Amino acid sequence: MARSYGYFPGCSLKGTGRAYEESLLTLFRVLDLPLAELDDWNCCGATSYMAIDETAAFGLAARNLALAQMAGQQDLLAPCSACYLVLRKTQDYVGRYPAIAQEVNTALGNGNLKILNSVRVRHPLEVLYMDVGTRRLSEKMQRTWHGGPVACYYGCQMVRPYTEVDRAFNPTRMDELLAAVKVPTVDYSLKTKCCGGSLTGTTHSVGVELNRILLKEAVRKGAQAIVTVCPLCQYNLDAYQSEIRRITREHIEMPILYFTQILGWALGGDIGSLGLKRAISGRKTIGQWFTETRVEKEAYA
Amino acid sequence: MQRELKLQREADPEWARHLSERPGCEGVFSCLQCGACSGSCPLSIYMDFTPRRIIALAREGFRKEALRSKTIWLCASCYSCAVNCPRQIHITDVMYSLKREAIQFRLYPKRFPVPILSQEFYKMVRRRGRSSEFWLVLRLALRSNPLMLLGMLRSGWDLMRTGRLSLKRERIRDTGPLSRLTAERKPLPARGLAPGEVA
Repeated sequence: MARSYGYFPGCSLKGTGRAYEESLLTLFRVLDLPLAELDDWNCCGATSYMAIDETAAFGLAARNLALAQMAGQQDLLAPCSACYLVLRKTQDYVGRYPAIAQEVNTALGNGNLKILNSVRVRHPLEVLYMDVGTRRLSEKMQRTWHGGPVACYYGCQMVRPYTEVDRAFNPTRMDELLAAVKVPTVDYSLKTKCCGGSLTGTTHSVGVELNRILLKEAVRKGAQAIVTVCPLCQYNLDAYQSEIRRITREHIEMPILYFTQILGWALGGDIGSLGLKRAISGRKTIGQWFTETRVEKEAYA
Repeated sequence: MQRELKLQREADPEWARHLSERPGCEGVFSCLQCGACSGSCPLSIYMDFTPRRIIALAREGFRKEALRSKTIWLCASCYSCAVNCPRQIHITDVMYSLKREAIQFRLYPKRFPVPILSQEFYKMVRRRGRSSEFWLVLRLALRSNPLMLLGMLRSGWDLMRTGRLSLKRERIRDTGPLSRLTAERKPLPARGLAPGEVA
């Protein structure tokens, strides 16, 4: 597969979500899928920009789509759920409301950019499921998981309201991808319940409570780690565990991983290039789980 | 003391009609008041009005009550309500529309951090094209409650020791199209939009 994917990292993957970018690049390298980072990309606008100025928010996201279109990319990979949603929503609104389309076009047109809906916005989870497939992942598996069962947490904006990645309330594709590399998953009933996004930074106690519920349910289902698809979900679940322990006196300490870290490790990616050292909680467990164990050939014969 | 009871004559049905003409808000008058939105909302228990009540207030024309609520700012845009709604009302987009009007007319709850974060984020991205998490949080704290920085010491240190805290102020090369997007924004008229006009 020599086709390349346009890559829109978004602000988080250059900051708090750095481990996501590192593991994503490693995973795609192992799979021989070239990623071309969009030159001079700008912030997608997330949820905050839309709260101030709608048309400008669509224009902001549209500039990225136009850049991808000019770079000749058919697919634009947006690993952050918020980026993914905003880019999809922009295409939806520009398509449905001619007045918005016209205003966005005028603003971008001066910069010699044109907004076109020909670019397909995609999430890496969907690319792995549709373009690579679980069978190929099983074939390329290099390391056997000896860690505990994990809970797959899909969050909100990747699966809603645009349901191309997976079903809105009962997505299963991450579980299927992990099953392909023999990682056991638990039936996690809160898998699409929102983590609160930026609320942990604004109305802190509410945001932390949402994450306490998510962590506690994962523990109750027997999971020893949570696997995420979004930098904000990962940060929220990862960063406040010590605070939750202090408030509730419950012993909750578990690694919060990216699905790209587990898949990249299972397919034989360089362990040092998966961003595993960037975890805040469960660092000891991560060190024990992610080691150099190879699949024994006899086991496969 | 603020009176709790609202009288129908204090409502502004004309505003409600304008609201229902904004992109994404078209469905408000078809709401059944079934409560599927509030039931699936992970934040409704923290809200002053549940999403169902916000729709009820808004479509009757209780403009200030809807715009001054904390509800619209607690909405984390998870789209549960919109996907669950049996009438396919884009409730999340209605919330966005109310947020924008509340910002425009400064009707948001004072010193409530969520609208402040939105404004600071907007300013940063408009000027530089990208957001820089550290500087954004700093500005948010300075404008809402500087003491919140104390509570952030722990997570700040955790981010620093794991190499996830960047002090760099990101910016893009070509900010031209972004400033043009916001250069000549028409403010919302005081009572809402004229029929057919787009916010």
